[in-house]
Amino acid sequence: MMDVELLSRLQFAGTIMFHYLFPPLSIGLGLQLFLCELAYVRTGHPAWESAARFWTRVFAVNFAMGVATGIVMEFEFGTNWAAYSRFVGDVFGSALAAEGIFAFFLESGFLAILVFGWDRVGPKMHLFSTLMVFLGSVFSAVWIVIANSWQQTPAGYHIVWQEIQGESVPRAEVTDFWAMVFNPSSVDRLTHTVIGALVLGAFFVASVCSFYLLKQRHEDVARRCLSIALPSALVFTLLAALTGHDSAQKLVETQPAKLAAMEAHFETTDQPTGLYLFGWPDAENETVHFGIRVPWLLSLMVYNDPGKPVPGMDQIPESDRPPVWLPFQMFHLMVGLGTMMIVAAGLACWLWYRKTYQNHRWLMWAIVLMPLAAMTANQAGWITAEVGRQPWIVHPSVQDGVEMMGLRTKDGLSESVTAEQVLSSIVLFAVIYSLLFAVWIFVLNGKIQHGPETMDELAKRKRDRAASRMSERIAHGGTGRGGGLMEDEAG
Amino acid sequence: MSYDTITLVWFFLLGVLLTGYAILDGFDLGVGILHPFIAKTDRERRLVMNSIGPLWDGNEVWLVTFGGALFAAFPNAYATVFSSFYAAFHLLLTCLIGRAVSLEFRSKVHSPAWRRFWDAGFFLSSITAAALLGIAGGNVMGGMQVGPMFQYQGGLLDQLYWYPLLVGALTVSLFALHGAIYLFLKTEGELQQRVRSRILPLFYCFAFLYAAVTLATWIHVPHATETLSRHPWLWIVPVLNALAVLNIPRAMHLGKPGYAFFTSSMVIAALASLFSVAIFPNFVLSTIDPAYSVTLENARSSHQTLITMLWIAMIGMPCVASYTITIYWIFRGKVQLDSNSY
Repeated sequence: MMDVELLSRLQFAGTIMFHYLFPPLSIGLGLQLFLCELAYVRTGHPAWESAARFWTRVFAVNFAMGVATGIVMEFEFGTNWAAYSRFVGDVFGSALAAEGIFAFFLESGFLAILVFGWDRVGPKMHLFSTLMVFLGSVFSAVWIVIANSWQQTPAGYHIVWQEIQGESVPRAEVTDFWAMVFNPSSVDRLTHTVIGALVLGAFFVASVCSFYLLKQRHEDVARRCLSIALPSALVFTLLAALTGHDSAQKLVETQPAKLAAMEAHFETTDQPTGLYLFGWPDAENETVHFGIRVPWLLSLMVYNDPGKPVPGMDQIPESDRPPVWLPFQMFHLMVGLGTMMIVAAGLACWLWYRKTYQNHRWLMWAIVLMPLAAMTANQAGWITAEVGRQPWIVHPSVQDGVEMMGLRTKDGLSESVTAEQVLSSIVLFAVIYSLLFAVWIFVLNGKIQHGPETMDELAKRKRDRAASRMSERIAHGGTGRGGGLMEDEAG
Repeated sequence: MSYDTITLVWFFLLGVLLTGYAILDGFDLGVGILHPFIAKTDRERRLVMNSIGPLWDGNEVWLVTFGGALFAAFPNAYATVFSSFYAAFHLLLTCLIGRAVSLEFRSKVHSPAWRRFWDAGFFLSSITAAALLGIAGGNVMGGMQVGPMFQYQGGLLDQLYWYPLLVGALTVSLFALHGAIYLFLKTEGELQQRVRSRILPLFYCFAFLYAAVTLATWIHVPHATETLSRHPWLWIVPVLNALAVLNIPRAMHLGKPGYAFFTSSMVIAALASLFSVAIFPNFVLSTIDPAYSVTLENARSSHQTLITMLWIAMIGMPCVASYTITIYWIFRGKVQLDSNSY
């Protein structure tokens, strides 16, 4: 019989990873869309308008998936992790509520104008709406990453023992809101997460446009968008490496167990610590099979000092050790993919600058596939962060010299929920999400195959629109206003 | 502000969020319920879906924010309620997902079978979501099998007895009526006439269920009337509510659909207020032993968090109101199909 803890973790991991396919693309694509529209507003060139309208349609499909799968997450804290919710509600709940008030309303409100308002508001108002939707999606990332960071490196709180029906129950209560918000890891993790999303968005646009160039379709629009997407891909992949490095350096103080797991560093010695480029960690025998290790490198990376030894897993009490294999492999996968993306973006930018990008079809095909790398790297990063935090759901910490208790994942479950219930909801989600995923790919593919409108189509649309407005004015209040003309042109 | 006062303020603010959600998502759930009965051709179906096109997403955010605020302000209530309704809420989530993607995907492919599939999905998920919200409300009204340390001891089948089912039916009829009035405002011509002809039957249906639930609550939920008898001035709420209910057909008859929509919104607000009054001072009354109940006092967050949250709400809510109004203003008037529509 499977246990509730494992099932609940699988359910959370599955639903959050599925959800996490969409918001990063919304954030990243949101920026690209904003830049295209900005170019349209500044130049007035119809190709930019066509591009912006096209990315809007892609954005809308993706955004709907993000909303639909996101509501699940908010409910799941309560349904599957009731004890956790009681323990952290005072802290985590405020961040989640702030996300609702500051981010979701902003996004959903202006999304209406972004998607449905092309013919209802002027280009500047539309540009403003796009910016607001983008900012809304970033704010959303801000609050949820703050909440998650607090679980990793809690700050600004104390533990209060509440008397409930004669029993003493602990919970975390905020003492300093801003210390909670700016806990030791939030800024690093937030910048790294958002930049990861921007990388995905840049590569997504670069991918679709390279595909068009390879197929000799929509070449004008594709070239314009590439001139934005390729440089931003290079800038953001470099920033991702930088912020990731910062995050990892902090770990040695805040979460040494996670760092040891990521690097499969079992034994502390007084010698400088090496870094495995790859390998197959074996936590039971505390060794790494088939590994290649570069001497001193981990010490250099962590302390900027090749001589200083890094503490290993043996410094962590046995009951507090996270799994090693998964964080190690996911971390190395992320770093490997990241390096590959920097090289690909750098090469593409260089060739673009030399105006020979289109002569290198192999590179263009590589760029077409690059969003998969970006998506995988984003997911791998989350797995590293969350599995590396185990066995804690809220990591213990030291506040002003006082040790604060953490909460173990197994103590965070809903006490009243059975394994059968969790299993049936996993099956339910598996069925719905597979269906959704298939439909999403199908519709997205349809949009990409259809592509942006040609300049002629765009001009025709404007004439039709003007004509229908005219007839509307003539037949003021008559039946069937504005209908017919674009009957079958949905989205 | 004292700890007890701010607790009451947050109970009130949660009521505001819940009311906002019920009024706003109420009409778009209602539109989904009416969709297969009112719209005959593909064009009409698209008109009906696009009447809520730009708005439903923002409306649903009220529920998300309600959930977040409940989590933050009363963590024990959030944990107990959400884990008690494990199966029901997973079904509700399925419906909310189903609605979102039905709207988004339906018109993307020119195939009658494809569109029929998503039409069915839109209807089924809308009606089930409305019913589940009512069923959850009915269970909370009637009290639940909460044991020691806020642990729920029942299951899904304990939640599906006659009283919550009746409240679920009331919710469906109310949202359908509310949605019909909304559709009347947003459509024209033949479609609008068809909507018009459904409003009165829906009204009778709702009025009957309203009377039945009122009677059932009187009998089945004695604690609901306790607060009323302690504070007799609160009687003004049910009285005004009954008058508002009767005002819906009157306003339609007078040819003031906007007024009728306002009135049905007020009916929803009054019902939500009655719900809050009925459960106060508990979130969930335990049917096992009242000492096990989840109350405002044992569910609330710390004093400081409630104050911080109030600041967040005071900064956030005016922004929310301003862009909600802007969006409704931009998309005012009759629904039209254009190249950006679903």
